Amino acid sequence: MIPRPRPERFRLRRTMMFMNAQKPGLIKDAYIYGCDSIMLDLEDAVAENQKDAARFSLYHALKTIDYGDTEVIVRINGLDTPHWQEDIRVCVAGGADGIRIAKCESAQDVKTVEAAVEAAEEEFGVEKGRTLLMAALESPKGILNAYEICSASERLFGVAISGGDFRKCMQTSFQPDGVDMLAARGQMLLAARAAGVQCFDTVFTDLDNEEGFRAEVLQNKAMGFDGKSLINPKQIRLVHQVFAPTRKEVLQAEKIVRAYQEQSAAGVGVFTVDGKMIDIAFIPGAERTLRLAKACGMYEGDLVK
Amino acid sequence: MEILRSAMAGTLESSDAQVIVEPGNGRIELSLQSSVMNQYGRQIKATVLETLERLDVSSVRITVVDKGALDCTLKARVECAVYRSCGASAANIPWGGAVR
Repeated sequence: MIPRPRPERFRLRRTMMFMNAQKPGLIKDAYIYGCDSIMLDLEDAVAENQKDAARFSLYHALKTIDYGDTEVIVRINGLDTPHWQEDIRVCVAGGADGIRIAKCESAQDVKTVEAAVEAAEEEFGVEKGRTLLMAALESPKGILNAYEICSASERLFGVAISGGDFRKCMQTSFQPDGVDMLAARGQMLLAARAAGVQCFDTVFTDLDNEEGFRAEVLQNKAMGFDGKSLINPKQIRLVHQVFAPTRKEVLQAEKIVRAYQEQSAAGVGVFTVDGKMIDIAFIPGAERTLRLAKACGMYEGDLVK
Repeated sequence: MEILRSAMAGTLESSDAQVIVEPGNGRIELSLQSSVMNQYGRQIKATVLETLERLDVSSVRITVVDKGALDCTLKARVECAVYRSCGASAANIPWGGAVR
């Protein structure tokens, strides 16, 4: 039995890789690929008549396999199915770090799941508040209610858009320039930032289209996403490369944080670094850059954990 | 638990095991095939029997076709087959109790 540390609500989540919870060959060594999080799927990847079997596999995988620093999230079945309550019981009993709510459309959906998670924590003697939540927005209604969803729970660490279902609802299809989901991605990012939670982009399903994948990841980074959902280990490296800060950004961030610490100790609120005005508003961004740099092996200092 | 009707769980894919349970004659009859019988046959048998004991199953005909499954997978497949045979696999599983 592998005890997992208490999950961190805000940690680095550049890559979140989907894995079918029903396939023992996949989940037994999911952690070796080096993604930040794995997403064990009880929903679409599992056939309707194997939902029960997937839970037994999931429970023992969670209890037996050492996933190390890789975060373990489970995607549960939608609230309109007969499966989600038992899904939540097994996630909490097995000690999953977090639960992804599929097809989330309102703050009430988050609260419904939260209540069931709390009941399960009670039932299985798990520390109250340990199990984190994230919401997948898959419909226009979910996108329009993004802000209330993002601010619905203290357990919620972020939201993700799910492209397949969303494009269907919008009567569109994948476009190389991302125009099909531009408004939805933008709205979700605004809501997530306003609520102070993380924001993740959808999967890119055409594994042979490397150029298209690169273009989408670059756009994700430019728009301000925290990370991306993936369907294949070979997609991990590129996302980590694109999301890594540049050498120059790291040096700049280090200077800013160091100068801020010195200046604020001396009672100064606004000052300049390399001729640019800096005040407290720049610090969270600079610290985020340093944390990212640390995860990428580009920074070894002690200004951030 | 009492095996009420025959039930199956698992697949014949690599790293998996297929388990079939059928109502027994008052004892445990295990038939095991494995792609790694020489190295792990004894351990697989022990895992299957321990799992049945935890589920309080004493009368069953159980057939296991193992394709190199880890212990945790074997347990999951045996448990699922037993719960399915009782029509009880969909909800209120005693996670951390009889299933652990």
